Amino acid sequence: MGRKLLLEHIDVPGIETFDVYRKNGGYRSVEKALKTMSPEDVVEEVKKANLKGRGGAGFPTGLKWSFLAKPEGVPRYLLCNADESEPGTFKDRYLMEKIPHLLIEGMIVSSYALGSNLSYIYIRGEYMWVLEILEKAIAEAYAKGFLGKNILGSGFDLDLRVAPGGGAYICGEETALIESLEGKRGNPRIKPPFPAVKGLWGCPTVVNNVESLATVVPIINDGAEEYTKLGTDASNGTKLISACGNVTRGGVYEIELGISVEEFIYGDEWCRGIANNKKIKALVPGGSSVPILPAHLITKTAAGENRLMSYESLADGGFASGSMLGSGGFIVFDEDQCIVRNTWNFARFYAHESCGQCSPCREGTGWMEKVLHRLENGKGNMRDIELLADINKKIEGNTICPLGDAAAWPVAAAIRHFREEFEWHVTHPEDAVKGNYGLLKGITV
Amino acid sequence: MVKVTIDGIEVEVEAGTTVLNAARKIGGDVVPPAMCYYSKLEGSGGKCRTCLVEVAAGSANDPRPMPKLVASCSTPVQDGMVIKNKTSEKVHVNRGAVTEFLLINHPLDCPICDQAGECHLQDLGFEHGASGTRYEEERRTFDPIDIGNKIKLHMNRCILCYRCVMVANQLTDKRVHGVLGRGDHAEISTYISNAIDNDFSGNMIDVCPVGALTDKTFRFKSRVWFLKPMEASRSCTKCAGKAVVWMFGEEIYRVTARKDKYGEVEDNDGKPAWICNDCRFDHKNVSDWNIEGPRKINRHSVISANHYEKANPLENNTKKIK
Ligand SMILES: Cc1cc2nc3c(=O)[nH]c(=O)nc-3n(C[C@H](O)[C@H](O)[C@H](O)COP(=O)(O)O)c2cc1C
Ligand code: SF4
Ligand code: SF4
Ligand code: FES
Repeated sequence: MGRKLLLEHIDVPGIETFDVYRKNGGYRSVEKALKTMSPEDVVEEVKKANLKGRGGAGFPTGLKWSFLAKPEGVPRYLLCNADESEPGTFKDRYLMEKIPHLLIEGMIVSSYALGSNLSYIYIRGEYMWVLEILEKAIAEAYAKGFLGKNILGSGFDLDLRVAPGGGAYICGEETALIESLEGKRGNPRIKPPFPAVKGLWGCPTVVNNVESLATVVPIINDGAEEYTKLGTDASNGTKLISACGNVTRGGVYEIELGISVEEFIYGDEWCRGIANNKKIKALVPGGSSVPILPAHLITKTAAGENRLMSYESLADGGFASGSMLGSGGFIVFDEDQCIVRNTWNFARFYAHESCGQCSPCREGTGWMEKVLHRLENGKGNMRDIELLADINKKIEGNTICPLGDAAAWPVAAAIRHFREEFEWHVTHPEDAVKGNYGLLKGITV
Repeated sequence: MVKVTIDGIEVEVEAGTTVLNAARKIGGDVVPPAMCYYSKLEGSGGKCRTCLVEVAAGSANDPRPMPKLVASCSTPVQDGMVIKNKTSEKVHVNRGAVTEFLLINHPLDCPICDQAGECHLQDLGFEHGASGTRYEEERRTFDPIDIGNKIKLHMNRCILCYRCVMVANQLTDKRVHGVLGRGDHAEISTYISNAIDNDFSGNMIDVCPVGALTDKTFRFKSRVWFLKPMEASRSCTKCAGKAVVWMFGEEIYRVTARKDKYGEVEDNDGKPAWICNDCRFDHKNVSDWNIEGPRKINRHSVISANHYEKANPLENNTKKIK
């Protein structure tokens, strides 16, 4: 059994209540931080733990915290990004639903470190029942003196509120989240200025993912030195992975970073192999935005090394033969699946979720969706494949926020690794309408 | 003051100036096209991406180039920054791409569009567009709607620059229109068919870079290039009363604000000379106005002398300006 830091007590009955959580060691990090550490000490510890942001981009959390501007007399805010809408990603929901006090605890310590006296959890609007779970837990924490004025007699005040999201994937982008929280349309802001300088209500703000904030708890409890013993040199600690698609046992797992991809897919402790004894065809390891990997690049890198579940190993080979750990949305495809159909499905998502602010993303995502839809339905031609490759090159890097890139990368990768499937849809238009490539190919090709 | 070099031309500007405004200080064809930025509207810019430029050196302290193109309208200059606009192949390719994106869903109905001749998208298409389209899909369409009795919205032509939303936010008492929906189905609309009706709403027409918002009192009356623009003024209690009247013979066909070469309203006494709806829509008699003399229209618009003849985007910029 791998060591668990976040989900260790997940199966303890009643762990969602304050008392059971507390009995299992909960809120120790608040006591430790508020009574024995200065805010700077906490930031330093998180820096030393080398925690990489768990929201997708993997930006070092301690570094982000140290960028926060601290002008005299101006409030600062900590916002928890619980908007979780990336297809394939459902780890934050699991954590908040099962063990809400862990997030609250992490937010208290992090708010203390950043000097935020009012912090928010911005939660995806479709997670209403989770919002209720959180509000109940927050009420308990207030009642027990872990939230509110003068927490544990330390002189530190913290109010924690939950805000339901505006119902759009784009509201997970940190500046769109801030706009939405301010009651406006969730359009990403133009940067600079960055939230660390001008965020919520124009004040310095830090936005962190649910899992990042929860991970602060074991870092403070055990110390950075203990924490960094887990994982690889560049990927410390543990990570929540939401596994889905054609695996025998999907779900949310906490892994020690650095276990092999092969073990994660086939190991008894984890996904237990591909469902129905099928063969694996492709893997999207980190949510719909990251490049897809074909079978021969899943368990081994292009250089022939074992592929590991870590930031650096999944990215090995760059976009040519690698991918990204991203948000940990691990989507497995078996041999029956059609990559063109899946690419179209993702493209449809991005076209639907683009906020429409900047022209390359607004027009480009819609264009790609239409071309892919035609291809999938046997109405494409060979030119369309080149066209798609060209459109995504022209979106990438030219937009306000990373949604444009996130829409472009999966299409580029699918064409790079599965070009023959795209071509098959052109050369077999009737079959393409009848069913999907994976199932039909054996019969007709 | 900081020094920045754009296409080989050095210019000194105040710290905090954007790359686009530094380029405007130099003037001429090193100025990137700007479809959404509007210096008189707070918060504008960053959206259309036509003003993308290459940063060949970030600053004197950190002279590394930037990996991505940046929006010149919303990127502040740094001392020692080196920018490539006209001289960058990458800018050329990507500006062409942005132009293509802006045009794929555009109806290309210039022959019946009132904006033709003074449309920024026409200019952009002329300078950076391709001769054919690669877009084989159905274009997105919306029905034209009246927003109030003076303004017509042709959403098909809109490029979502948000300028009209900012005009409504910043100039009028209350905004009753905005952007609804997302992605390529986002649209400018009023909330539940509200009419836009207040003293300064007509300025939305002036800031619209395309023919999405047109003046209903002028619609289909004439092509703009048949009209004579004249500077005119009147005493008005609501605005400065300084406008351009567009005449055909002895008749005034339409009234607009006085706009500079970037299509932005000019200043009057240090403040943007937005005009009120009274001046714009309700004073079309020559006797209403004190006509001062012909208006010079430059840079953009077919009305300016030989604009299209001079424009040659491929021409290498080997200027000797110092
Ligand atoms: C379109 C888009 C959607 C995003 N959605 C989420 C999300 O749902 N949850 C999240 O934590 N981060 C999301 N992000 C990343 C955030 O912008 C931000 O980087 C993150 O919350 C930072 O937290 P971290 O440093 O702890 O990872 C999204 C980014 C983009 C561009
Ligand atoms: S990249 Fe897409 S989602 Fe992001 S700001 Fe531009 S249009 Fe909106
Ligand atoms: S209607 Fe005109 S001004 Fe308004 S967003 Fe569209 S293009 Fe811009
Ligand atoms: S003018 Fe700069 S992005 Fe539109």
